[in-house]
Amino acid sequence: MATDPTVSAANKQNRLNQNAEQLVDPLVPAPYDNDKAVQPPRSGLRNAVATTTTYLVLTALSVIVLFPIYMLLLRALSSPLKYISAGQPLYPVSIEWDVFNRAFGQASLGRSMGLSFVVTFVIVIAQVLTSVLAAYAFAFLEFPLKKLAFVLVIGTLLLPIEVTLIANVEIIRKLHLLNSVPGLTFPFLVTAIGIFLIRQGFLGIPRDLRDASELDGYGHLRFLFKVAMPMSKAIIGSFIVIAFLGAWNQYVWPRFATDRGAWQTVQVALRTIGSENPGELNLGFAAAIVASLPLLALLIFFQRQIVRGLTAGAVKG
Amino acid sequence: MNTSPLNPTERAQGESAQVTTVSAPAKAQTRRFGNKVRDAGLAYIFLLPALIIFGVFAYYPLYRLFWYATHTQSRFRNKPASYVGLEQLKASLTSNDFISGLTHSGLYMLYTVPLGLLLGVMLAVSTHRRLKGIKIFQTIFSSTVASSVAVASVVFITLVNPEIGYFKNVPWLSLRDPTSALFAVSLSSVWQNLGLTFIVVLAALQTVPDELIEAATLDGYGAIRRFWRITVPLISPALLFLGIVLVVSALQAFAQIEILTGGGPSGATETLLFKIADPRGIRPLGVRASYSLGLFVLTAIVAGAQYSIMSKRVHYGD
Repeated sequence: MATDPTVSAANKQNRLNQNAEQLVDPLVPAPYDNDKAVQPPRSGLRNAVATTTTYLVLTALSVIVLFPIYMLLLRALSSPLKYISAGQPLYPVSIEWDVFNRAFGQASLGRSMGLSFVVTFVIVIAQVLTSVLAAYAFAFLEFPLKKLAFVLVIGTLLLPIEVTLIANVEIIRKLHLLNSVPGLTFPFLVTAIGIFLIRQGFLGIPRDLRDASELDGYGHLRFLFKVAMPMSKAIIGSFIVIAFLGAWNQYVWPRFATDRGAWQTVQVALRTIGSENPGELNLGFAAAIVASLPLLALLIFFQRQIVRGLTAGAVKG
Repeated sequence: MNTSPLNPTERAQGESAQVTTVSAPAKAQTRRFGNKVRDAGLAYIFLLPALIIFGVFAYYPLYRLFWYATHTQSRFRNKPASYVGLEQLKASLTSNDFISGLTHSGLYMLYTVPLGLLLGVMLAVSTHRRLKGIKIFQTIFSSTVASSVAVASVVFITLVNPEIGYFKNVPWLSLRDPTSALFAVSLSSVWQNLGLTFIVVLAALQTVPDELIEAATLDGYGAIRRFWRITVPLISPALLFLGIVLVVSALQAFAQIEILTGGGPSGATETLLFKIADPRGIRPLGVRASYSLGLFVLTAIVAGAQYSIMSKRVHYGD
C-alpha cells in the first residue's frame, strides 16, 4: 500500500510523543538526571560567563523576532501624520487609543472578522467530518477500487488551490457563488492531509480492540464513534487546530472568489483597510493586530496541539 | 442487546457476531462473507463527500485548465472560444513573461529557504537547554505562527514601505529598486515562517537522545563536532520536511507581493502565481491557464522529490 512517508514518519513521531507523555507520570519519581552528572565540573566564573552569553544571544534573537511586532503596535497606536512629521521615532507619537474602535466602525472590520469566523468554522467542521469518514473507509473497510480511491486522494496534493485557482474561480462564477459563504468554502470542505492524518490514527488502533468491539455487537458506526474516534482524540485535536490555522489564514482563494468589499474575509480586507487616506494608515495596522488575535489565543491555549499538528502535517498558515 | 433501530448495518452486524461467537474461524468466515457487500456500500457512502468535492474542485478544474490552455478566448465573453491545440501552451511556456515569473519564483526560494532554515535552527538550538526563563524565549520564538501571510505583509509595510517604512532609506531593502525589491519582500516570508521552523526543529531536537550526546562528550567530541556529527544527521528528516514546506510556500507566494509591491517596480516582483492570479487582468485566460499547468508540473516535481527523499531516509531514531 502506498503510504505517504511524511505522514508515516509524522505518525511515528506522534507515537513517540505520546510515549513521552505517558512517561511523565506525577506518581512516578523523576528519573535521575544524567545530564548534570556527566557535565564536567566548571568553575563558577566560567559558568556565569557562559550563562550570560547564552542570555545575550537569546535576547538578541528575541529582538529580531519581536521588532516587527513592536513596529506594528507602534504604528497602530501612533497618529500616522504626526508620527511621520516627528521623524518616525522608535516610540509612539500622540497615541490614538480609539484606533481599534474606528477600525471596527469606519473600516467595518467587524463584518470581515465575522465572515472569517463563519468561513473558518464551516471549513473546519466539514474537514473533520469528511476526513473522519474517508479515513474510516480506508482504515477499516475493504471495498473494490480501494487503491484507486486512495490514489485519487493522494493526487489532490498535486492540485493545491494555487494551481487550480483560475479554473475554480470560473466554476464558482458559473455556479453563481461568487461573494457567498458556499463559494468561499466549497473547494476546502475536504483535505487529503486530514484524511491521511486521521487514517494513521485509526491504523494505530489494535486489531484486538476491533475484534472485541465486534464481539460486543458494535457495528461500524458505533465502533467509529465509541472506539475509533475517542482513541484518536489527540490526532483529531491536532488536525482541528491546524485546519483552523490554515482556514483562518487563507488569502488567495477568498481574494479571487469575491469581487465585492462586503464579502472580503479579514485577511483580504487587510490589503485595503486604511490604505486610501494617509491619515488613517494606522487603521490597517490595528486591523492586522485584531486579525491575529484568534490565532494568538489558539497558540496560548492549544500549544501542544499546534506543535503536534505542525510537526505532523504539511499544513501551515 | 441494545442496537438502534435506525441503523440496519449495526443491527445486522450485531446479529452475525452473536450467531458466530461459537468458534473463531467460523466467526471470521461469516463476518468476511456476510459483510463484504455491506462494507463496500458503507465505504462508498463514507468516501462520497470527499470524492465529489475532489472531483468538482480539484480534478475537473485540472481538465478545465487544459481546455483553457488549448483554446483562445475572445475578450468578449459571449463570443465562443476557438481551439488552437498546443500552440498557445507552447507559446506561453516559452514566453519571456513566463520565464521571468519562473526566475522570480526561483529567486524567492533562494532568498527564503536557506535563510529560513538557518534562522530556525539557530533559534531552536539556542533554546534547547535547561535555563531559567527558557519558556519565555520559546514562546517568543514561536509567536510568528500566529501571523498569516497577509498579516506578515502588513507588518512589513511598517518596515520596508518606500514612504513610511522604518528602513525605507536602507538601499538593499528598497522596494523601489528592482534589484532589491524581491529580497525585501522575501524577508516578510522568512519572518513569518520563523515560528513554524523553530517549532519543528525544536521538536526534532527533543527527540535526540541525551545518552548519545553524553557518549560523544565522553569520547572527547566538542560542542561543534557534536552538533554536526550527531545532532544534524538526527534532525535531518525534520530539516528536509521544512525545506520542502518552505519551497512550496515560496512557489505559492502571492499575498506578500500584492500587499507590499503590487508586482512592481516594473514587474520585478511578479512571481509565477502573481502572473497566474493576475490581479490587474492583463493576461488572457488561456495564457494564465498555460502558466497554471507550468505551476502544476513544478508542484509535481517538488512532491516527487519529497516522496523519494522521504522514503529513502525516514529516520526518526526509533
